[in-house]
Amino acid sequence: MRYIFFEIKEGLLIAFRALRSNKVRTSLTMLGIFIGITVVVLMSTAIKGIDNSFQQGISALGSDVLYIDKWAWFSNEDWWRLRNRKNIDMEDYEKFKELARLPIAVAPVINSQQTVKFQDRRVEGVFLNGSSSDYVKTTNFTFDQGRFYSEVESNASRQVAVIGSEIAKNLFPRGDALDKTIKVGGANFKIVGVLSEQGSFILGPWNPDNQVFIPIGSIFKNFVAEHRGTVTLNVRAPNPSLVEETKAEAEGVMRKVRGLKYDEENDFSINQQEGLMDNYNSVVGVIQIAGLFITGLSLFVGAIGIMNIMFVSVRERTREIGIRKAIGARRRTILSQFLLESTAICIFGGIAGLIAAVLGSMMLNQYFPTSIQVDAVIIAIGVSAITGILSGFAPAYTASKLDPVDSLRYE
Amino acid sequence: MNIINIEHIAKIYEVGFEQVHALRDVSLKIDKNEYVAIMGPSGSGKSTLMNMLGCLDTPTTGKYDFKGVSVSEMNDNELARIRNKEIGFVFQTFNLLPRSDALHNVELPLIYSGIPYAERREKAEKALADVGLADRMRHKPNELSGGQRQRVAVARALVTNPAIILADEPTGNLDSKTGEEIMQLVNEIHEKGNTIILVTHEEYIAEHAARIIRLKDGLVASDETVEKRYLPNDKISGVN
Repeated sequence: MRYIFFEIKEGLLIAFRALRSNKVRTSLTMLGIFIGITVVVLMSTAIKGIDNSFQQGISALGSDVLYIDKWAWFSNEDWWRLRNRKNIDMEDYEKFKELARLPIAVAPVINSQQTVKFQDRRVEGVFLNGSSSDYVKTTNFTFDQGRFYSEVESNASRQVAVIGSEIAKNLFPRGDALDKTIKVGGANFKIVGVLSEQGSFILGPWNPDNQVFIPIGSIFKNFVAEHRGTVTLNVRAPNPSLVEETKAEAEGVMRKVRGLKYDEENDFSINQQEGLMDNYNSVVGVIQIAGLFITGLSLFVGAIGIMNIMFVSVRERTREIGIRKAIGARRRTILSQFLLESTAICIFGGIAGLIAAVLGSMMLNQYFPTSIQVDAVIIAIGVSAITGILSGFAPAYTASKLDPVDSLRYE
Repeated sequence: MNIINIEHIAKIYEVGFEQVHALRDVSLKIDKNEYVAIMGPSGSGKSTLMNMLGCLDTPTTGKYDFKGVSVSEMNDNELARIRNKEIGFVFQTFNLLPRSDALHNVELPLIYSGIPYAERREKAEKALADVGLADRMRHKPNELSGGQRQRVAVARALVTNPAIILADEPTGNLDSKTGEEIMQLVNEIHEKGNTIILVTHEEYIAEHAARIIRLKDGLVASDETVEKRYLPNDKISGVN
């Protein structure tokens, strides 16, 4: 055992000597592994980062909320069949609310995209969310300042607004948004509440942080003619374990509200965050596999480079191998010397690649969520070492089998 | 006891479909502290015999005992161990590692026998000092003259304190004056009690030895003691 340690230590010293004496070749070979490890690690951290922020973002939607909509979020049906469905309107909402027993809150939601301005600051393409005061009960919103608009304000269709944290940051960098009057697509709205940060960037315009919330009556008054748009009913179950019951009840109630006969198909869809999750997971799964496969290829190319160089190196150093054997190096010694050489190239290239990936992900982090995992670090170094051993084995074995007499005579 | 005892060894190489008899039937014994020269024209089999004696190769048939242990049936690792511990090689072309300094070259056999750093450094430095290169330890082969390189090779051969020194045309790549200096070094080593086997095709080099074995066509043509041995009258130490 002690002898093996000794041999590895001496082998490493000899390998470093050889690597040092051929710096250009060593660094070019390392470059292959460097690039491979960099892209693999960057890719995996990017995937991990997107995944994290999606999970976080989607959980802001709440797992106990159902979205009754004319449109299905995920469906194999033709879109024109969905389009031909009757719009869900405020009357449907009123009836549904009256008939449904289980939900703790039902809120009608309609969206519009508008530009939001305060003095000379503006945010374009903001998702305007029109709903009732019950909307806040279908969410887990927390407030930085103020409150959600009240039932009175909602029923009277007052010009009041609650703004998301990103909007607040953009329009009011000094954080003094409350009670200010903003212009939403030309109409004045008084801010009664500012949300604290809720979701994550991955939801884009659906992120509450980028939205403005106003009473649904105000949206009909200013932006969308009632009966032109379709309303989504956000229905919150009393608790996550009653989601299925609430859904079953909602389906029955909705069929009644829509006046469907027993043999008619549903002309509405009940959507859930869960469906979003499943769909997302399958998409990300494919991206993950494809991404790692493609980036893995570049690592593979690097490994071929190393094998190639090691073969050249064995050929070039045939005489050296002969000398070493003549003065007592055993096969195993020669084998381990060349293996350690290729492994050292890979590990150094791998560590450099890892550092580059960490720096790269720090830079990317400003635009994009990334997350370096400890397991990615361990895997990257492990993969480099294994690459080194695998790509070095064939050349090292060739070297160890050389005949001392022939290799001493080799010119 | 004989260090080397060879009985009826033969070596046959297969070259294509032809068989080349490099050694046909050679028997010889070499004692401790002998100084033997092996001579012969090219193709006589002296290189093959030298490889055999140096345990770089094994005979096709015959028996080779080294210090009473049979070498003929040894595997690669056992041969490597014998080469490492019992045999010191000095080659015509020096065969130093070009990118390593003198000290590392001399230390190499000690690395392969598993001697720890401090001890082998000390031994390597002493061996280099013994051949007169105390001030050249950190020089690489291309920074040394031919004679100095051969001294490094001699130091490397001596450092493990081997049973025999095997010198294959040690002066072949040197001018005659430097060659003579190396031969004096070899004589000194012999006088300290080492066993030396010298392979050469030059008569005046062979005359340093006490016994000359002549090979011809893979057979021993003659084996005789040198009457008028060439002895250096003055000993030299380091040549700088």
